[in-house]
Amino acid sequence: MVRLGALGVGLVFVLALLWGAVQPRDAVTPDPVRALHLAPTEIEWSYRGPGNLGIFGTFDRGQLQRGFQVYKEICSACHSIHRVAFRDLAALGFSAPEIKAIAKGYDIPSIDEKTGEPTTRKGLPSDKFPLVYANEIAARAAQNGALPPDLSLITKAREDGPNYVHSLITGYRDAPANWKVPDGLYYNPYFRSLNVAMPPPLAADGQVTYADGTKGTKDQYARDVATFLTWTAEPKLEARKSTGVAAVLFLLIMTGLGYLSYKRVWADIKRKPASI
Amino acid sequence: MSFPWAKHYEPTTDFGRYMDSRLPLPRLVYGALGAGYPTPKNLNYFYNFGVLAGVALVIQIITGVVLGMHYAANTGIAFDSVEFIMRDVNNGWMLRYMHAVGASFFFAVVYVHIFRGLYYGSYKPPREVLWLLGLVIFLLMMATAFMGYVLVWGQMSFWGATVITNLFSAVPIVGEAIHTWLLGGFSPDNATLNRFFSLHYLLPFIIFGVIILHVWALHIPGSNNPTGVDVKGPQDTVPFHPYYTAKDFFGLGVYLTIFAIFVFFLPNALGEVDNYIPANPLSTPPHIVPEWYLLPFYAILKAFTTNFLFIPAKLWGVLAMLSAILLLFFLPWLDTSPVRSNSYRPLNRIFFWVLVADCILLGVCGGKLAEEPWVRIGQLASAYYFAHFLIIIPLIARFEKTLPLPNSISESVLAKYGRTPPPGSAGSFGGTMPQPAE
Repeated sequence: MVRLGALGVGLVFVLALLWGAVQPRDAVTPDPVRALHLAPTEIEWSYRGPGNLGIFGTFDRGQLQRGFQVYKEICSACHSIHRVAFRDLAALGFSAPEIKAIAKGYDIPSIDEKTGEPTTRKGLPSDKFPLVYANEIAARAAQNGALPPDLSLITKAREDGPNYVHSLITGYRDAPANWKVPDGLYYNPYFRSLNVAMPPPLAADGQVTYADGTKGTKDQYARDVATFLTWTAEPKLEARKSTGVAAVLFLLIMTGLGYLSYKRVWADIKRKPASI
Repeated sequence: MSFPWAKHYEPTTDFGRYMDSRLPLPRLVYGALGAGYPTPKNLNYFYNFGVLAGVALVIQIITGVVLGMHYAANTGIAFDSVEFIMRDVNNGWMLRYMHAVGASFFFAVVYVHIFRGLYYGSYKPPREVLWLLGLVIFLLMMATAFMGYVLVWGQMSFWGATVITNLFSAVPIVGEAIHTWLLGGFSPDNATLNRFFSLHYLLPFIIFGVIILHVWALHIPGSNNPTGVDVKGPQDTVPFHPYYTAKDFFGLGVYLTIFAIFVFFLPNALGEVDNYIPANPLSTPPHIVPEWYLLPFYAILKAFTTNFLFIPAKLWGVLAMLSAILLLFFLPWLDTSPVRSNSYRPLNRIFFWVLVADCILLGVCGGKLAEEPWVRIGQLASAYYFAHFLIIIPLIARFEKTLPLPNSISESVLAKYGRTPPPGSAGSFGGTMPQPAE
């Protein structure tokens, strides 16, 4: 009875599926976006360690500071990093007074102590980086309808994030003849829809002057800021990897000892056939 | 129950005797996991996965309870609280990655455990109830994992919740009412998030309870084994401790090492990048997909594209997805072959591997956009899935010519070592008729 019922149910499901499978399909026109879209270029990142494997390797403090500088001088005009606090910058190698000075350079929304009216005050190390726009409507109003995303998590929120950021900001080019770019947008084959509202942020070499003497090229800016944004997305990346190396080493030793004791415990059982 | 030759717990200290006549907890442990539990001696590494699944659940509960101390189930701050855990809670990043990767690993381990059971016929008498309880655990796991994924309140959380809860609206007449009742509104919102958090905290403990029943049901007939032949005597078994405790410890070490590699070096490899974007009800992601472990069922849901027999395609999909799991409850009565292990079922063994390939193919289809050729492949793969369990398995059970079974576990172990059993013991290999599973 169970088997008869199963046969019936099975036949109904199979027929329903096959009926769907034999239906003619609408003709599909190939998506031009997919033909022009490019995957990000793979880059050797210093923080990914030997072989770009992501097992060893730490952030280069100098590079993080340069990336922060690029962010501050270029990206921060439109993009916030609201999940990062000024105090977190200690991880970039900044000293406490330096962090205090950086924080002071930002106005933080506040309430006037006497009148209770909304006002602003100087930033403190405990504050988060403020938003560039108070809300989405304000951002879109100022940006011709586009919304510049917060960059705190951007390298985790995009496929192949660090490579994507690097490729995107260096990847602007003229659109091919068969692609029409709407007014106010820019052609970028690394962007999902190919038309990005963000103007090319890196205009020319030498746009940012590095204090540490590193040569300022567009590619260098892109690498530095992508590294910085990898840090903002995962400030605990170094702790994660160093803990991981220790944990895996410990577990390998433990597993090895476990294997030896397993072999020893079972030795008499596995030997038995010979003695019978 | 246990085998008659099982050793019995004997307290050796005064305190042991005192406790044994008041709360015989040591006796329980001794009989369930200690030297008092005789276990077939030929279990292979696939039999480690039950213990691993238990460990995976414990890891989820421990990390989850601590994460719950820092998480805020409110749509306004849920995503921020997760990032707070990642950035400012001591080792919060490790707890969260362990919990997120742990969910994937729990499913991976349980899938191996289920397919192990399918291969060696562990669902057959006298272990049907054990199998049914396992499926209940599987269903509870899927509900728990789904709700846990929503708690992050990222884009994929929100839109996954929208898609999955929408399935209930496919039910005729009362569907919309059920949908609204489950969500506490017309779309996922604060009420939904709050109840999902409550249930996500509750269900693991229910899973734990069902696992106790599952282990109890295991200990009545004892473990199945790769030959599928019943235990005949003391020569077929070894005490669980120290033999399987040692083997399980080694297996656990391998598991934890692979787990650690993912947690510390590939923590986001199994997740969706879109879930690092805060939920936005006004912006639909281009491609909504569940976590990988639900993809085969998602593929079956998507496979129904045309109305059939006056039933709309959406309702077909929901019915099929539900049936894809529910039909497993009937498996012990669909597969009537008296031989348990596929080692002695040459035809069923081929179809077992076809099923494995089919499930992987379904998983691939589930992750693809709805376009050709993947829609058609998904439809054919889904059709095979149903045909396999509901049509092919009962037919094979009826017509398959099975191979001769070894007379006993120890005989098959001896054969593996290339030795013949001594005269007067279990007998020889050839000409043995398959024995009924009962």
